Amino acid sequence: MRFLVKRIALMIPTLIGITIISFTVMKMAPGDPTSLMTDLNPNMNEEAVKRIRAHYGLDQPWHVQYLKWLKNMAVLDFGRSFAPDNRPVIDKIAERIPITLFINILSMVLIFSVSIPIGVISAVKQNSMFDRVSSLIVFIGFAVPTFWLALLMMILFGVKLDWLPISGFRSLNFARLSPIGQVLDIGKHLVMPIFVSAFGGLAGMSRYMRSNMLEVIRQDYITTARAKGLDERTVIFKHAFRNALLPVITLLGLSVPGLIGGSVIFETIFAIPGMGQLFYQSVMMRDYPTIMGILVIGAALTLVGNLLADILYSWADPRIRVND
Amino acid sequence: MPLKKSLILLTMTLLALAQGCNEQSTQTSPSSEVTPAVASRNSAAVDDKPAYGDMLINGSIGDASVLLPVLASDSSSGEINGLIYNGLVKYDKDINLVGELAEKWDVSEDKLKIRFFLKKGVKWHDGKPFTAKDVEYTYKIYVDPKTPTAYSTDFLKVTEFKVLDDYTVEAVYDKPYAPALGSWGQGMLPSHLLEGEDITKSPLKRHPIGTGPYKFKDWVTGEKITVDSFHDYFEGRPYIDRVMTRIIPDLATMFLELKALSIDQMGLTPLQYVRQTNTKWFKDNFNKYKYLGFGYSYLGYNLQDWKFKDKRVRQALTMAIDRESIVQGVLLGLGAVTDSPYKPDTYWYDQNVKKFPYDPEKAKQMLAEAGWKETNDEGVLLKDGKPFEFTIITNHGNDIRKNAAIIIQRDLKKVGIKVHIRVIEWAAFLKNFINKRNFEACLLGWGIGIDPSQIDIWNSKKTGESELNFINYQNPEVDRLLDLGASTYDRQERKKYYDKFQEIIAEDQPYTFLFVQYALPIINSRFHGIEPAPVGIGYNFTKWYVPKRLQKYTIQP
Repeated sequence: MRFLVKRIALMIPTLIGITIISFTVMKMAPGDPTSLMTDLNPNMNEEAVKRIRAHYGLDQPWHVQYLKWLKNMAVLDFGRSFAPDNRPVIDKIAERIPITLFINILSMVLIFSVSIPIGVISAVKQNSMFDRVSSLIVFIGFAVPTFWLALLMMILFGVKLDWLPISGFRSLNFARLSPIGQVLDIGKHLVMPIFVSAFGGLAGMSRYMRSNMLEVIRQDYITTARAKGLDERTVIFKHAFRNALLPVITLLGLSVPGLIGGSVIFETIFAIPGMGQLFYQSVMMRDYPTIMGILVIGAALTLVGNLLADILYSWADPRIRVND
Repeated sequence: MPLKKSLILLTMTLLALAQGCNEQSTQTSPSSEVTPAVASRNSAAVDDKPAYGDMLINGSIGDASVLLPVLASDSSSGEINGLIYNGLVKYDKDINLVGELAEKWDVSEDKLKIRFFLKKGVKWHDGKPFTAKDVEYTYKIYVDPKTPTAYSTDFLKVTEFKVLDDYTVEAVYDKPYAPALGSWGQGMLPSHLLEGEDITKSPLKRHPIGTGPYKFKDWVTGEKITVDSFHDYFEGRPYIDRVMTRIIPDLATMFLELKALSIDQMGLTPLQYVRQTNTKWFKDNFNKYKYLGFGYSYLGYNLQDWKFKDKRVRQALTMAIDRESIVQGVLLGLGAVTDSPYKPDTYWYDQNVKKFPYDPEKAKQMLAEAGWKETNDEGVLLKDGKPFEFTIITNHGNDIRKNAAIIIQRDLKKVGIKVHIRVIEWAAFLKNFINKRNFEACLLGWGIGIDPSQIDIWNSKKTGESELNFINYQNPEVDRLLDLGASTYDRQERKKYYDKFQEIIAEDQPYTFLFVQYALPIINSRFHGIEPAPVGIGYNFTKWYVPKRLQKYTIQP
């Protein structure tokens, strides 16, 4: 318990450290939020540029800007975006998180449920036909550029066969559909995006699972189990599989922050207004409050994810428990 | 390209060299969700008379940012704002200034006062009448130091603004300023909803109220923006009931949506125009248009660099570059070589401007005259022992510019000039290179305003950091002509100054003017009434219609 309190207390300075570094790096990048509006714009004069900079508080030294931001952050005020819409950052993030979260969770479930069996079977039947073919397929998935695969699928399923909608995540008449219709509608829209995003992730996970499994199978206690005369099923699933699954907890923990991150390329292709696009646009516009908002949430989730992984680990594996 | 965005209100600007596809082909609509009374393709256009109804779905690569014209400086917002708001004046289909919310106007004898007489009976979308108070509020918010707007410059030239009665206003200037009239084309804002509010936090940013032909319906961030026709519009109810803009950031995806008939209108890339839309199916279902856009690309030389100080060198560079092959190779022919900072098919373009056609032999000769005679063992020209070698910089994300630079590199190599190309992310490109004058040559583009005043780009004094004469062009005669032009109201007299200005620019060649691109919209052929004109196709949007039998969507309010 004390260990837990200490871990959580340590997270606060870590988080502040992360924000200082992010803020500095962001400020060092050339350009600022006004450049898009003012630079190379014949309608702009110096007076107007000054006015706009003052409006956003950009005329102050950067540490003053940072402290101001930190003070607001302390009471969870993310501030207002510097983009022309000037909306509260929290609103901009909140309207994009659900769809991103939804896609990422589904795609993660898909990745885990497909790649763990592939990994285990490949390891148990190492160098078999299945091992080779599955390796080939997952590596193709890893190597194929997302945008290209997405376009091919769109042409086939969207234009030629007309089975699935091409882009977006709901139809134009969405509001008038029945609840079941709405679920089906979103489902139809998300088949391609989720397949494409999961396909690329299969390789890493299944390879990881395969090597874990291979390592475990070579351990003495597996030999012992076999020597006891246990049948192969029990050896693999009861003794080997469980142990091979342990490191996956770390991966799960690490993927928590990834849940709110999205891929720009993939969201752009499928016209899904998710976090990836928001972050990309914010960086391009030097929309500091939005960038910082997303980074802080990401950093906090990373820390929480690590903590969760540690807790789960000590729960699942008695060897690494810290003595109170 | 923010350059273009700021200068242009898109709905006004599309200019037509109309290659109209005028056959009235009707739509066969294989996968539409709502019922067209499908007619055979060549049926006579008997019942094709204007009718209310249907929806137009537009594809846009970017979401709007804010639906208040005073705050928006991006083209996506500008396009929606164009449907929702009106200015006092606008440009008609032949690019002449005409009244929109103003019935007429008087310019005083000394050209210092403009008096606008407003139309009566114009209503805001919420039913309140439009009056002089709204004009006054709009003027005040533009010049308010607290408003973060990119468009205050023209309004700051007003020294006094008077409301004479409910339907008459007067703007007073301290010297004659010809672009002033056009500047009143900015969208008018409703004072009864905004007066006393902080405009940057106003709910109208996302729920606008204007006087325009379409009223706001809803906006789902990153997905779509919907506007519905305003039945009390002062120029009459628009035929098309609803316009939806779908945000599809990727052009390839957008094109597939077009093929699936899920969107009705988009701007094509040259490749899509030439190679992908010439099938019979496309001809049956869509009409393509093309007209010169309001913008040009150029290669600008840093005139403080010793290599570019001699105008013979700059003329030779222009002659050494095969601009026609850039248009063919990069734009697939969908552009026009240009020799002046005005649009080749407009009134202000000087048809007799001196041209420097592709002539590498003559270019070599002129370079020799300028002292570039010997070559080193790489074949690069030398002067005083130094090689003719320079770097063209351009911004990241614009393949047309990058590819044009590659062709220029090839062409200049043939006359013995070694060119390097550097592509840089936009913000860094501006801050570290353009604004700091840290470049030898840059490949960029300018939007061409409808008003011919170009003082900010060419005036000798506009060379400070982040000002626009970043190539440091200095010519007192040009300064004088541009000042004269800006203070002259008479069009013919004004044109004389700008013709002379173009001649000087052609002689000096501070830029090598490269090309003007075509705008390439494609529109579903069920839309009728599109009449390409010099200003483009958008000018009569409220008169576009879909005949009853071809209507695809039924609109439920």
